[in-house]
Amino acid sequence: MSDPLTDSWSGYLRPDGRKGVRNLVLVLYTVECARHVAHAIAAGEEDVHVIGFPGCYDNAYAIRLMLALARHPNVGAVLAVGLGCEYTQPEKLAETVGASGRSAEWFFIQQAGGTKSSVAKGKESVLRLRDRIRRETPRVPMTLADLTVGCECGGSDGTSGLAGNPVVGAFFDLLVDAGGRAVFEETVEMIGLRDALLSRAASSEARQQLAGAYDKAERYCRAVRQWSVSPGNFAGGLTTIEEKSLGAFAKGGTRPIQGVIRVAEAPRGPGLWIMDSVPDDHFMQFGYTNPNDTEGLMDLISSGAQIVLFVTGRGSVIGSPVAPLLKITGNRATYRALAEDMDFDAGRVLEGELTLPQAGRELLELIVRTARGEPSKPEGLGHREYFIMYKHQNTPGLEAGCRA
Amino acid sequence: MKPRAFQIQPQDSVATLLDDAAEGAIDILGAKPQEIRLLEKIERGHKVALRDIAASEAVIKFGVRIGHATQPIQRGNWVHLHNLASDLDERSGSLDLHSGAPTDTASAYV
Repeated sequence: MSDPLTDSWSGYLRPDGRKGVRNLVLVLYTVECARHVAHAIAAGEEDVHVIGFPGCYDNAYAIRLMLALARHPNVGAVLAVGLGCEYTQPEKLAETVGASGRSAEWFFIQQAGGTKSSVAKGKESVLRLRDRIRRETPRVPMTLADLTVGCECGGSDGTSGLAGNPVVGAFFDLLVDAGGRAVFEETVEMIGLRDALLSRAASSEARQQLAGAYDKAERYCRAVRQWSVSPGNFAGGLTTIEEKSLGAFAKGGTRPIQGVIRVAEAPRGPGLWIMDSVPDDHFMQFGYTNPNDTEGLMDLISSGAQIVLFVTGRGSVIGSPVAPLLKITGNRATYRALAEDMDFDAGRVLEGELTLPQAGRELLELIVRTARGEPSKPEGLGHREYFIMYKHQNTPGLEAGCRA
Repeated sequence: MKPRAFQIQPQDSVATLLDDAAEGAIDILGAKPQEIRLLEKIERGHKVALRDIAASEAVIKFGVRIGHATQPIQRGNWVHLHNLASDLDERSGSLDLHSGAPTDTASAYV
């Protein structure tokens, strides 16, 4: 029998050396006014996904996030569609993506002649791009050491900290031991855990980064008077943000944390990483951190994660573009009620049917099958929710930021 | 079979219900297996006090302080928004006990 810890499967080689588990064309739109046309271009095409930014006024954070998704290992080619009046420039996006060695095209709706002509032009473009990447993308062997997996949780309840997140933690330990990269975020759900967090640092540099990210998250929550805990969490039995934090942190497993990355940054090496997605206190008095689960998943995918995990005690029906999403619940009742949307029943650990290490191993097998091309539940259902909004994060150092 | 709850660390003062439970005996699994008597109905995912907790005393779960008691809690009581508050989040005492819905913004729904 094959061993998912060491098996290889066929991946898609990108010009920067990273490997994808899907070979997608991504349509980007640069203002809400272009959204309908972008979606009509992609409609009916399995491997053409859409993301976009709604604002007319641009935002450096949102541009970096879109570029990180456009140059993601699962993406082979890009079409950028603008209306023609907005700040964000589709031509510049296409040029920057082109410099990464990918095919990229762009146009303005105002110059293409309206909705029908733009959709026809865009369809022609994505079909041409798709043919090219199907023909030209080199296929290469890929193992867990080539994989980055991101995880966040949402709709947490009393089972999330007991089963859902610990099972992901067990899988993250296996992935890190196999030389892969694991990323989790939600530093606003590490509130109350400063000491526990710092004790996991792999180096004094990592410790400093973790302290900085933690202190900013607590400062942020105090300043905006919002703590990352919601009515659904309370109804599910969680009482305080400190309690929710402990459950959420369990998805980080037990291995040392290598450091902190920011949105649109890839991990700087193998191992376990924390993503800081909290805005910096520059202008707009912070603005808001991730207002929903989907933006958190976008952020994780921007690190280059080819597959993302979502732990939900109470259940959710979201999916994601660019990287397949697997949904895990520690709540058996939720698994039964939402079986058509849930990928993994971690509630079996609470029923005594599986041990935590067995569940971590089973999750690993599911992730490898997904990497080999088996569609996840949200993927099969056509869920491709995305969310990109205004935020300010200080510009990262170029060496840590884009991999051109 | 009696309803079950799970205690994560030996020093925890609360355990999480794995089954919906009525007033009466339940089994505590995990760090310190024992039988205790619930003084009231508690739903799955919610917490039961494993010992008496004084007002303003820390409540411990996962071996860590998750907030403080806002009134005396007896062994076997349901521990939730009515008797446990965050040390940080000032809204945590104002939420509806059963739905978790906010009550302090109710006046905005006009």
